[in-house]
Amino acid sequence: MQKEIKLRNFHEAKWDEPIVCELSVPGQRGILIPPAEKGIQNEIGDIEKVIPASLKRKKAPNLPEIAQPQVLRHYLRLSQETMGQEIVADIGLGTCTMKYSPKINEQFVRNSKFADLHPLQDDETTQGILEIIYKAEQCLKAISGMDAFSFQPGGGGQAVFSNASVLKAYHTARGEGEQRNEIITTILSHPVNAASPATKGFKVITLMPDPKTGCPSVEALKSVVSEHTAGLFITNPEDTGIFNSQIKEMVDIVHSVGGLCIADQADYNGLFGICRARDAGFDMCHFNLHKSFSSPHGCMGPCCGAQGVKEELAQYLPKPRVKFDGEKYYWDYDGKTSIGKVRKFYGVVATVLRAYAWIMAMGAEGLREVADTAIINNNYLMKKMLTNVKGISAPWQEGEFRMEQVRYSWEKCKEDTGVGTEDIERRAGDYGLQSYFLSHHPWLIAEPMTPEPTEAYSKADLDEYAAIFEKISEEAYSDPELVKNAPYKTAISKVSHPGIDDPNDLIVSWRVYKKKKGLK
Amino acid sequence: MKKIGLIINPIAGMGGRVGLKGTDGADTLQKAISLGAKAEAENKTVKALLALQEAAPENSFIIYTCSGKMGEYACQKAGISPIIVYHPDAMTGAQDTKNAVEEMQKRNMDCLVFAGGDGTARNICQAVGDQALVLGIPAGVKIHSAVFATKPTNAGKLLAAFCQNKTAEKESEVMDIDEDAFRNGQVSARLYGYLRIIYAPNLVQSLKSGGVFNNKEANFGIADYMIDHMEKDVYYLIGAGTTTRAIMERLRLPYTLLGVDIVQNKKLICQDANEKEILEMIDNKPFKIVVSVIGGQGYIFGRGNQQFSPVVLQKAGKENIQIIATLDKLVALQGKPLLLDTGDSVTDKLLAGFYQVLSGYDEHYVYQAVYE
Repeated sequence: MQKEIKLRNFHEAKWDEPIVCELSVPGQRGILIPPAEKGIQNEIGDIEKVIPASLKRKKAPNLPEIAQPQVLRHYLRLSQETMGQEIVADIGLGTCTMKYSPKINEQFVRNSKFADLHPLQDDETTQGILEIIYKAEQCLKAISGMDAFSFQPGGGGQAVFSNASVLKAYHTARGEGEQRNEIITTILSHPVNAASPATKGFKVITLMPDPKTGCPSVEALKSVVSEHTAGLFITNPEDTGIFNSQIKEMVDIVHSVGGLCIADQADYNGLFGICRARDAGFDMCHFNLHKSFSSPHGCMGPCCGAQGVKEELAQYLPKPRVKFDGEKYYWDYDGKTSIGKVRKFYGVVATVLRAYAWIMAMGAEGLREVADTAIINNNYLMKKMLTNVKGISAPWQEGEFRMEQVRYSWEKCKEDTGVGTEDIERRAGDYGLQSYFLSHHPWLIAEPMTPEPTEAYSKADLDEYAAIFEKISEEAYSDPELVKNAPYKTAISKVSHPGIDDPNDLIVSWRVYKKKKGLK
Repeated sequence: MKKIGLIINPIAGMGGRVGLKGTDGADTLQKAISLGAKAEAENKTVKALLALQEAAPENSFIIYTCSGKMGEYACQKAGISPIIVYHPDAMTGAQDTKNAVEEMQKRNMDCLVFAGGDGTARNICQAVGDQALVLGIPAGVKIHSAVFATKPTNAGKLLAAFCQNKTAEKESEVMDIDEDAFRNGQVSARLYGYLRIIYAPNLVQSLKSGGVFNNKEANFGIADYMIDHMEKDVYYLIGAGTTTRAIMERLRLPYTLLGVDIVQNKKLICQDANEKEILEMIDNKPFKIVVSVIGGQGYIFGRGNQQFSPVVLQKAGKENIQIIATLDKLVALQGKPLLLDTGDSVTDKLLAGFYQVLSGYDEHYVYQAVYE
């Protein structure tokens, strides 16, 4: 029996909290560290002389002076004005795969056995973490079908760039570096698939979607491949959630002219155990361990874009890589043909550790269940949205199932009521939802919305999510101004776009703030 | 305080409701009236003015308009007291639109707002060229031009934003069709010119592209790439349009907005060339054609660039045609292909297929061109 869905009478905390620098009171401080004992002082000498002059600031940094309780209060207040995966059903952020990050994995990375490791320690003293990195690589090889992985790239964007670098190195080594100067991508691929090769100096040719299927046209691809083609960079599946049934054919076309094929699998959630990049003929791929593999997101910070390649390309991967000689694990710094380092030391190893723990906890069958559940959740939600919510549609291949996400359109609602996706997104905040992802630019689908309900959400979560949009749609049709002026119950009210976009109003630091506001 | 000039074409839109394909020409108007057509433009203008009043700060604008049906009545219905600058006869026509524009120009309007369709836009374009900032309230039967707000209330909102200096401006196509041909079932719209319009992404064009693109910068990106890759001694036939014009501007050469200019080694060889001149110039010599896309429609040949005749196009071949268009323009086609209508089916067939459209500096999008 369908349980009645009661929408929350939500209201976010609103502290009107000043910027931390504004809280500064000269003379306030945190704890005082007691002076070192006499014996230590005698041993070390004058601490001022221990630090080389070249490393010392000439002027003390202008940090806020605040006592510890005020610091704690400040950040707790801000945290109450923050929405996120751990406080709401964060279904809205499609392409980001906002799944639950098991807390046991946090205990692993915060454990002193891991946290106190130093990257310059001798291999003999770090066999445990080396074994984990090595075994995580074996797992990803099995999951993707590729022959070697590097965990050095610090995010998906860097992994795509690193793949572009490997591609360049491969063609150059074959004497075709100058000739093969064109990359093909699709407009619905993550923008980095165009940006990274362009940064490497390639001419980037972009395919548009077929107006009927929403997938890139094979005929269009055939029209642009040539002896200049270096490779195809494509997000698969694209963020529309539409399964590209011609992907193998596309790969074969690019291979037929000597190009390589690179799959952006930042979001792999709908494919675990179902199909592998290598089996579709791809030569390289990457996974965002901070997405599909449960590690928390970190905006190019504590992330990992695991970069996988076929055997013949392994020599170009970033170095060092962890190897195993049958007895012990070690960092292999050889590799004369490597593209070099792309990140300090070994990349973000904490993310690898979390992902490895997650993979081992899930097991092979569990990973397949992730994809199955993510797809079922997504199609259940799509059915509810398209059936119950007025003014929304799922363009391209209407009536067909989707993979792990859907790019919806509120175009009809906008035409009927004047209420568009940005209004609806803000109004969703009044019902306790994190904002949702609209679309990468340009908007090929008008008034877009791209949620992704991963495997982590229950039927009750999905029902509540759909009910919220059913309610907002009703509001749009009965009282459009109510939605247009939203939000009313969040920490920040409606912000005008021109103000955000105007570089003259942009303030990125306290120093700039003071300058623009004329403060001393 | 902004000075807004308002001109209504009172008969605009009257043909549509009674099944005529426009209201241009006295005979058509009479026929429309006899079929029971009612004036639509005034009501639509009232809607725009009400929206303007609601959204604009007090005392932020003043309306200058014409007496009676050409603006005064609409202002009264919206509760606005305008300044009357022109008094038309009872039976208004295209000349009245032009006269009204002239009177407003004398008074230095900040912008000219007109209610009408493509025919009215054409008259305004003839009268002001690029000398005034304008905005159309969509009220005609034919709305092919890109100079109109998406609906009357949005025109009002856009004007309110303009009064608060929150809008940008851009050049947009004035398109019109041969109405006689249209009534006989033949659609043949052509590029007639460009108007500088008040612009805010979500109120002028449909919100298909979402991104905030600066058209001028995008055009210059395209132009710079074209110039950087011009080959020695090759003739470049630069077609009509604002995207192509950017190439001439960057080369600091005179240009013809609605014609073909020929450039070789970055120097102007022939301005506003006709078919005969083009054929003489390119005889057995290497040349390339550079064309832009007509916004919203997708035509690349056969609309306003007849100088690129089937003979010229066949000599060029598909490989020597470079299509240029901003990504904004491509996305606004909503997946519709580029269109060929050279008037010769053999040429159309020869040129059909996929092109790499240049959309920015070294940005290439694969797009299909078809013929109907």
